Amino acid sequence: MSALHQSTETLSRQERIVLNLYVITGLAVLVLMMLGGIAMRMSQGTWIELPPDLFYQIMTAHGAAMVGIAGLTSSAVMWYFLRKYVSLSPGIFLANYVLFMVGAVLILGSIFILQFGGGWTFLYPLPVKSNGMWSVHAAAGYMLGLISIGVGFLLFYLDATLAILRVYGNFGRALGLQWLFSGDIDKSHPPTVVASTMVIIVNGIGTLVGAVVLVLCLVNAYVPAFELNPLLAKNMIYFFGHVFINASIYMGVIAVYELLPRYSGRPWGVSRPFLWAWAASTVMVLIVYPHHLLMDFVMPHWMLAMGQIISFTSGLPVLAVTAYGALTNVHRSGIRWSMPAKLLLLSMFGWAAGIIPAVIDGVISVNRVMHNTLWVPGHFHFYLLLGLWAMLFGFMYHVIRTRADEPDSAVDQLGFFAYLAGGLVFSGMLLMAGQASVPRRWAVHAPEWVPYASAASLAAILVVLATILFAVRIVSGLLRAPNVGTAH
Amino acid sequence: MDTQRLVWSITLIGIGIIAVAFLYVVARSGTVLQFESVQKKAYGIRRWFFWALVLLGIGTAYATLAEFPIPDQHVPSAGARVVDVVGKQWYWELSANQFTAGVPVEFRVTSNDVNHGFGIYDPNGRLIAQTQAMPGFTNRLVHTFTEPGKYRVLCLEYCGLVHHNMITEFEVVAAPQGGKS
Repeated sequence: MSALHQSTETLSRQERIVLNLYVITGLAVLVLMMLGGIAMRMSQGTWIELPPDLFYQIMTAHGAAMVGIAGLTSSAVMWYFLRKYVSLSPGIFLANYVLFMVGAVLILGSIFILQFGGGWTFLYPLPVKSNGMWSVHAAAGYMLGLISIGVGFLLFYLDATLAILRVYGNFGRALGLQWLFSGDIDKSHPPTVVASTMVIIVNGIGTLVGAVVLVLCLVNAYVPAFELNPLLAKNMIYFFGHVFINASIYMGVIAVYELLPRYSGRPWGVSRPFLWAWAASTVMVLIVYPHHLLMDFVMPHWMLAMGQIISFTSGLPVLAVTAYGALTNVHRSGIRWSMPAKLLLLSMFGWAAGIIPAVIDGVISVNRVMHNTLWVPGHFHFYLLLGLWAMLFGFMYHVIRTRADEPDSAVDQLGFFAYLAGGLVFSGMLLMAGQASVPRRWAVHAPEWVPYASAASLAAILVVLATILFAVRIVSGLLRAPNVGTAH
Repeated sequence: MDTQRLVWSITLIGIGIIAVAFLYVVARSGTVLQFESVQKKAYGIRRWFFWALVLLGIGTAYATLAEFPIPDQHVPSAGARVVDVVGKQWYWELSANQFTAGVPVEFRVTSNDVNHGFGIYDPNGRLIAQTQAMPGFTNRLVHTFTEPGKYRVLCLEYCGLVHHNMITEFEVVAAPQGGKS
């Protein structure tokens, strides 16, 4: 397994410290917000009693922090691998982290000190029309926090853009578009560069749109005469939100492309279907967002039809290229099933399986009876818990193994299966509640809905215990002194 | 079978198929075969898999979009009972609260303040239709109730700290004997 210690992945002391900051912060926020999530589920399950205002504050923090930390931790994956091929600035990587933390402080202060409870999606005009429940300053603090985080990401993408352009000349070449129709594909062209370029394009645009709508909302907060068109604002918010969370997955999947081949001992290079999948995904991620607005009947109907159809086609690259490619890479390979390999393959299952309920919900006539029920958090918890976070845990386990290569312990094995079982049951309970028409984002549940919340609470406890176990193992591994002779 | 149960079944089957594929690969991962032969076979299967998914998508899109599931927002529904609905933090205002089974109802839904979700639950607690209530816009939702009984309207778009109390009721009565059904 000498490939596990590729010299190009060595870290300077400064880089190691910044990567540690990303990973440790990611794990800490994840665990904390999971506990918040459990508190909400338990409250709906009548195990504990949360006052509705506190419930909605936790809900706002949970959404914002989980989306933000998914993005931040995934960007660490992209940074870690992309710097092997292009020259990235550790200073900008650190600046992204600092701006994220500034944003996090503003957001948490707005929520838990100034009582902001407008939901993480800040759906205009709710942040400034709370019916007296929180102040305009609370909303402004929250939105400034999001802007700070967005600026950090834009800086990171700008740095990555310049670095990629210096090596590849333009985005098209970095994406491998020159090989879409003909020509001999350069098999050494890194999948990481393809994925990173796609993320820079889509999330650069997405984050910029998010920043624009946030600034407009801020102006509206203090100059109420400056009103936004609520439908336009909604389009911009969902465009930003959709692109951002999907880009997080696309950053995370870089770990699969980079690492799974090392454990299977087989290459996973670019191919024409691979390049087509990423080129198509670049476009589809940008135009699929109307599937969040299927119940806004005043939207142009062609956009809603497009939202449904592109939802279908968006699933193709995931299922037919990435997940299928992972299975092909592993099949009869004699792979060593260590923690990184297990988690990375699990992530492929979680992503592929999780998009099934998502795609189905993208059918307008289904959305009519599923939208804003617990079906929605059911599918995104599925592919975020068992997909994205499995990718990120796999990456983290890999990083600590590069510092001290040791076999999996029984505790790791236990954690893996607890996480898998807990994640499946938890997501399954949300989906089950959704098909039973239980609405999402309700602090108080009707008696007939309580059993779903109770079962989900039990499963969530299992998930958080496994996550704490992973976190302890990973953090202790990160803080361990680097191996002699390596720069890790 | 209602839409929700159908969707639940399809989801379970779909996830089950994917799980079986992964378990199969994991179970066979210990025996080593040359990658080239694995790739050749797998890519052959993938071609079929890809086109099967494309055909499934085209079929589903045609079946679900050929008759567009959302009414034309610029043309009033012929023969429908028109009801004005206004969402406000945190209550609903309906211009009528009794409807007749079998007669289409056109809900003209808007909001006075923030975004709300106008979700109609049948007497069994199943969500049967919804649309968004948005300030400055009116969404027209047309639904024909088939079963008499008490229906509830729940807010399905988070609208602030008393969101969960934004509930109202209306009644659907049976069509009179010899009347429209």
